[in-house]
Amino acid sequence: MTIGILASGAYIPRLRLARRAIADTHSWLNPALKGQGKGERAMCNWDEDPVTMAVEAARDAMTGRDRTAITGLRFASTTFPFLDRLNSGIVAAALDLPEDASSLDIAATQRAATSALAAAFAGPGETLVVAAEQRRAKGASPVELASGDGAAAVVVGDGEPIARLLANATHTTDFVDHYRTIGSGYDYQWEERWIRDAGYLRIVPPVIARCLAKAGLQPADVKYFCMPVTLPKVANAVAKAAGIADAAVQDNLHAVCGDTGAAHPLVMLIAALEKAGPGDRILVAGFGQGVDALLFEATDRIADQPARLGVTGHLARRREETNYAKFLAFNDTMEIERGMRAEVDKQTPLSAMWRNRETVTSLIGGSCKVCGTLQFPKSRFCVNPNCNALDSQEPHSFADKIGRINSFTADRLTYSPSPPACYGMIQFDDGGRWMMDFTDIDADQLAVGQSMRMMFRIKDIDTQRGFRRYFWKAAPATSPAGSV
Amino acid sequence: MAKGIRDKVAVLGMGCSKFGERWDMDASDLMVEAYTEALADAGIETKQIDAAWLATAIEEQHVGKSAVPLAVALRLPYIPVTRVENYCASGTEAFRGAVYAVASGAADIALALGVEKLKDTGYGGLPQRGRGTLNNMTWPNLSAPGSFAQLAAAYRAKHGSAPEDLKQAMAHISVKSHDNGARNPKAHLRNRITIDTVLNAPMVAEPLGLYDCCGVSDGAACAIVTTPDIARGLGKRDLIAVKALQLAVSNGLEAQHNSWDGSYLATTRVAAKRAYQEAGIDKPRDEISLIEVHDCFSVTELVTMEDLYISPEGAAIRDVLDGFYDADGTVPCQIDGGLKCFGHPIGASGLRMIYEMYLQMQGRAGERQRKELPRIGLTHNVGGFPHQNVCAISIIGSHGP
Repeated sequence: MTIGILASGAYIPRLRLARRAIADTHSWLNPALKGQGKGERAMCNWDEDPVTMAVEAARDAMTGRDRTAITGLRFASTTFPFLDRLNSGIVAAALDLPEDASSLDIAATQRAATSALAAAFAGPGETLVVAAEQRRAKGASPVELASGDGAAAVVVGDGEPIARLLANATHTTDFVDHYRTIGSGYDYQWEERWIRDAGYLRIVPPVIARCLAKAGLQPADVKYFCMPVTLPKVANAVAKAAGIADAAVQDNLHAVCGDTGAAHPLVMLIAALEKAGPGDRILVAGFGQGVDALLFEATDRIADQPARLGVTGHLARRREETNYAKFLAFNDTMEIERGMRAEVDKQTPLSAMWRNRETVTSLIGGSCKVCGTLQFPKSRFCVNPNCNALDSQEPHSFADKIGRINSFTADRLTYSPSPPACYGMIQFDDGGRWMMDFTDIDADQLAVGQSMRMMFRIKDIDTQRGFRRYFWKAAPATSPAGSV
Repeated sequence: MAKGIRDKVAVLGMGCSKFGERWDMDASDLMVEAYTEALADAGIETKQIDAAWLATAIEEQHVGKSAVPLAVALRLPYIPVTRVENYCASGTEAFRGAVYAVASGAADIALALGVEKLKDTGYGGLPQRGRGTLNNMTWPNLSAPGSFAQLAAAYRAKHGSAPEDLKQAMAHISVKSHDNGARNPKAHLRNRITIDTVLNAPMVAEPLGLYDCCGVSDGAACAIVTTPDIARGLGKRDLIAVKALQLAVSNGLEAQHNSWDGSYLATTRVAAKRAYQEAGIDKPRDEISLIEVHDCFSVTELVTMEDLYISPEGAAIRDVLDGFYDADGTVPCQIDGGLKCFGHPIGASGLRMIYEMYLQMQGRAGERQRKELPRIGLTHNVGGFPHQNVCAISIIGSHGP
């Protein structure tokens, strides 16, 4: 048995905003944007946030794995939806992780995920490290263009790893290239040339050298160098300063995804793991008030993971969005008239949510011990008309089942932040059904019999009280090959 | 099975307000409008009424809770008054309460009144309200058209119907109801439309366009019931009696159990079978002369023709397009315009359907009167969603075998 990365997964939202849409809108104000309208950035659907993305990335990583083996969950982000409510607690409940597993939210720096990952190697047990980011940005800001929404997850523990940690090194210093406070809401960034020269190029190379020295390896031994920097050519400059071959510098996914902030070191690590062969060394750096460097070596089990979407598959699960106003509306950065139907009170009674947490958060229904009928939600009397047994149901999870559309509509009357509201009856082949919201689907894709998978999403946003409630929705089932 | 209600109770009088956007009317005004017509028709005074039932569904929009609003509006003399709510089937529920009171002997004369004042929402369509704490956490934010539209998807899948054929039949249903509504002075929508109007209308919830949806109206309807003996004693002849009253309520099977295919209303089929048995009807297609169904949406009317066992399963499209249910067809459906055009003030709708039966059977339906007086009529009143609903069916007819 060896300690290492036992599994990996990722999640990139299906929607990709064409940067051209941003540039075209704002170039009257800032003509320099005209040249930056290239490629696309991942954007959350209206019902996604770092919590929902973390759940998806974790499910991707946990493909084929026993969730009861997890002893710890570490969730890294600088954009947690809740300041005082354990965000990893929501993720743990949605994943139905053991309640005696520890949970930690790790925040406040772009290297939160690399620090969480390094710490996971220091601890006992099997740790799920997940990172997710969704940065709000001012219109026409560099962050708006450069960032993308996304998440990544790895499982660290003792077993048959796909990659071993050879060494890691860290360095902390209060270098403020940008910051964000609760009051400011948005990133405030200093001059890029200074960040490059006094930041990356001065701070990162010595830590890489220290990490390589610990492992007894040379810079030339690094095959994949994962250095998330949005500034052009800076990763190459850091590699050069550290003695790493330019060919080792990994694509920062700017063209197809954007920088996923605190999640990006893990997103790039997982993209590298997806192409690495046995023995390949991968160096990951996380930069933010210092730097973390982690050096991995892929094992001969690197290709043995059960099929999953990962970074590659999720990038292929893509729908282009060219409507910039929709991006602003989804991020609530533009005040729009949503109509009187949006005024309906969406207060969540927290006591009722708690009482029904297995149904609402974990999508656990019932399996009747008497007749075997699966049903959702779990109830006191069995729904099977030939049974109706009392208190006969054992908990039964529906989260990982594939269902089929039994009936559907695309509703333009009811309030939806992204009309038309698509919903319908989802039926599971082995029993159980529920009338539920659909997501990540276009009205012209709706068809009876269409295979759908369950996804943990925002159900409603209570704008009056700043709360958001989550539930599961049905989205088109995507095969690991990436085809819808 | 219990002996049932057949011929035990007669309709003594009925009334119905004009339906529509009654901007100048409160719910209490609408109640009085329907009540005074019924009282005059019955030929009695308020003090002769022993008990009353009030139906409202979206009471927070107008009168508020309890039966007090009815007692106050009509100055009922401290008699037992009950408020009932059962989604859009509330009107038939009030009727059921009054009829059962008379049949039991607890009341000699009873009143059922349904009212809804919907046009104080500030927007079109039904007002949106909470559905209960847990339901709010797991249900889609489904609208009425969005939930009933799903019948179309499942019906097409089950019967292999071409979407165009289904749309065409749905359009025929709406055009027919507009023709009928145009001949009804109390109807909300009195304009005639064409098939093209329906097919080219803006989409509300796929495949339901604007003209596949019923009107959202203000209105009230009212029935006064008594025993056949008392009715005769009050000088009434050619009595119109209740032949059957049935209610079927989903128990979660459609929503949770895969035995329901989504293309029909399971409650309607159960309630219809029970109602036919109660009324002694063996061949509904041949024996029923007039039907008023819950045509909240064109597709609801279409599948209901099969759920009532009048059209054979899978044959409703053909029957509709053949004109079987037109005003001059074999079994007219919505000869008064239906929910579609008479309008749908929720609590009043079930009673409005019975009102039309009552008028038609007495030859009092004016321009829309069926030439040969209908002898057996069926009303079908549904509340909720196809996957979870309440279905009330009443059968009305000439008293006696």
